[in-house]
Amino acid sequence: MLAHLAANMEETVSMILFGIGFTTLLLHKNLIKKIIGLNIMDTAVYLFLAAKGYIFGRQVPILSEGVMDASAYTNPIPDGLVLTGIVVSVSVTALMLSLTIRLYRRYGSLDLDEIVFQWRKEGE
Amino acid sequence: MDFIRNFPFFSIILAMFCGIVSSVLKGHWAKRLCLFMVTAQIVLSGSVLFYTVQTGESFIYMMGHFPAPWGNEIRAGILEALMATGFSVIMLLSLLGGISHVFTDVEGTKTNLFFILVDLLMSSLLALIYTNDLFTAYVFVEINTIAACGLIMIRQNGHGIVAAIRYMVMSLLGSGMFLISLTLLYDITGHLLMEPARDAVENIVRTGSYDVPLLVVIGLMSVGLAVKSGLYPFHSWIPETYGYATPAASAILSSLVSKGYIFLLIKVFYRVLGFGTVVGSGVMNLLFVFGLFGMLIGSVRAIRETDTRRMVAYSSVAQIGYIYMGIGLGTQAGMVAAVFHILTHAATKSLLFISAVGLYEVSDGRTDYVSLRGSGYRNRTAGLAFAVGALSMVGFPMLSGFISKLLFATAAVQSPHKMVFTILGLAVSTILNAIYFLRLVISIYSPPEREYGPDESHQASRMLKVASFLFVAVNLVLGLFSKPIVDGINAGLGMFL
Repeated sequence: MLAHLAANMEETVSMILFGIGFTTLLLHKNLIKKIIGLNIMDTAVYLFLAAKGYIFGRQVPILSEGVMDASAYTNPIPDGLVLTGIVVSVSVTALMLSLTIRLYRRYGSLDLDEIVFQWRKEGE
Repeated sequence: MDFIRNFPFFSIILAMFCGIVSSVLKGHWAKRLCLFMVTAQIVLSGSVLFYTVQTGESFIYMMGHFPAPWGNEIRAGILEALMATGFSVIMLLSLLGGISHVFTDVEGTKTNLFFILVDLLMSSLLALIYTNDLFTAYVFVEINTIAACGLIMIRQNGHGIVAAIRYMVMSLLGSGMFLISLTLLYDITGHLLMEPARDAVENIVRTGSYDVPLLVVIGLMSVGLAVKSGLYPFHSWIPETYGYATPAASAILSSLVSKGYIFLLIKVFYRVLGFGTVVGSGVMNLLFVFGLFGMLIGSVRAIRETDTRRMVAYSSVAQIGYIYMGIGLGTQAGMVAAVFHILTHAATKSLLFISAVGLYEVSDGRTDYVSLRGSGYRNRTAGLAFAVGALSMVGFPMLSGFISKLLFATAAVQSPHKMVFTILGLAVSTILNAIYFLRLVISIYSPPEREYGPDESHQASRMLKVASFLFVAVNLVLGLFSKPIVDGINAGLGMFL
C-alpha cells in the first residue's frame, strides 16, 4: 500500500492537497481562507493533470531537430487543460474576492457566521 | 435542410455575442437585444428539433478542423433539441414576466449587466445541453455558475451578496468534485470526447482494470453535479437564493440553472459512463435515497415557512428530489419521468415565481400569507395563474404535474425493489404539497384583513399578464399533449445509447 503511494507520489500529494482545499472551502468560517482553500483545491487538480500528462523520458510537444516520431513527445492536451483550468479558477477567485470586499464593507467582518448572524438580525 | 446542422453552434455563439455587445449598450437596448436573442433561440432550437424529428437521428457538428478523437464537437439529437427549445421558451417567459421588476430592483446604470448575465447564462445552458466534450462541459458549468452568481447579487443589498457567496461556495465545491472526477476519467480513458471515452469505459469494465477509479469517478461526478443542482442535503443555499433575488432571476435560477446540471449528469450517465455501469455501481441507489429525503423534507420545510417566496423556494428542493428519485430508479422509464419532470418543474416553478409577483404588487409588496389574503381578487390574472401553477405542482389532472407523477408511478412499478418506497414517497409528498400550496391558494381567495385601494394598472402588469397566460398555456400543453413529448424523450434517450 505504502509502496504504491510512494510510487505515485505526485498523485498522492495532489489528492491530499485536494482534500485540504476542499475541507477548507467547506468548513472554514473566514472568507479569505475559504478562497485560499478554493485555490489549493484547484491547484491540486492541476498538479494531478500535469503529473499524469508527463511521461518520463519524453520531450515537450514541440517538433525539434527533425524528430517526427510522435512517441518522442508527451501529449499536449493535459497542459492545455491546466491552462484552461487556471483561467477559470482565476476568474472565479476574482469574483469571490469582489464579493468578499462588498461584504466586508457592509458588515465589517470576514467571518461568514458573523455576517449571516447580522444579516438574519437585519431581516427581522 | 442540412443547413440546420449549424444551428446549435449558431445559437451558442449568438447568445455570447449578444452578451458582449450588450456591455456597451444602455439598459433598454440591452433588454431588446436580449429578448430578440431568446426569441431567436426558440426559432433556432425549434428548427433543430424539427430537423432531428424529421431525420430520426442525431448529428454531430465538428468544431474546428480536427476529427473525432481529438477535436471538439457539438451533438444534437431529439432530446437536446427538446431541452433547448423548452429552456428558451421558459427563459423568454420568465424575462417577460419579471422585466419591469428588473428595472426597479437593479441600479439604473447597471441594468444592462443584468441582460449580459442572462445572455451568458443562455449561452452556457445551451452549451451544456449540446456539447459532446467533457472539458467544454466543465468550462461552461463554471460560466453558468458565475452568471448565476451575478444574477443573485445584482440586487445590490446585503441579502443578495450573502446569498451569492453562500451559493458560490456550494457551487465551487460541486465544480471542484466535477473537475477532479473529469481528470480522473481522462486519466483512465485518455479521451474527453464522449463517444471515444465511452468505448474506453466499456473496455475498462470488460477487463476490470480500473474498477475502483471508475467507481470514484461515477461517485464524484454524481455528487458534484447533485451539489450544484441543490439535491438534499446540499440545499441550504436554495431558500436564500431564490427567495431574495429579483423575480425574473429567481424564476430563471430555479427553473433553468439547476436543470442544466441535471441534464448534463443524465448525458454523462448515458453517453460516457454507460447506463448499465452506473446502475451496477450502486450510485443510483444513493441518488434515489437522497431524492426521497429531499421530496419529504423540502415539503415539510415549505409547510413551516410563513414567507411565500421562501415557501416556493423550498418546494424547489422537493421537486429536485423528485427528479433525482426518477434518475435513481435506474430504469429507462424512471429516466423518462425525470426528464419530463425537468420540463414540468421548469414550466411550473417559473410560473409560480412570476405570478406570485403579480400578487405581491397588489399587496403592498408584502409576501406573507396574511397580507396576501384576497390578492387573487385584486389581481385576477396572477391569482388564476398562481392557482394553476399550485395545482400543477400538487398533480391536478390536465396539468403537467399530473403527467410527471403518473410517469414516476408507472416507472416505479417496473423496478420491484424500489416500488414501495417510490409510491409511498409520491403519496406522502403529494399530500404535503397539497397542504402548503392549497393553503396558499385558499388564502389568496379569502377575504382580506383590510381594504386595499383600487390598484393602478401600469404597463408592467400587462407584460406580467401576457407572460402568466403563456405560462398557463405551456403547462396545459405539457399536461394535455404529453404523448408526443414523452415519445420524443424516449426517442432522444434512445439516441444517447
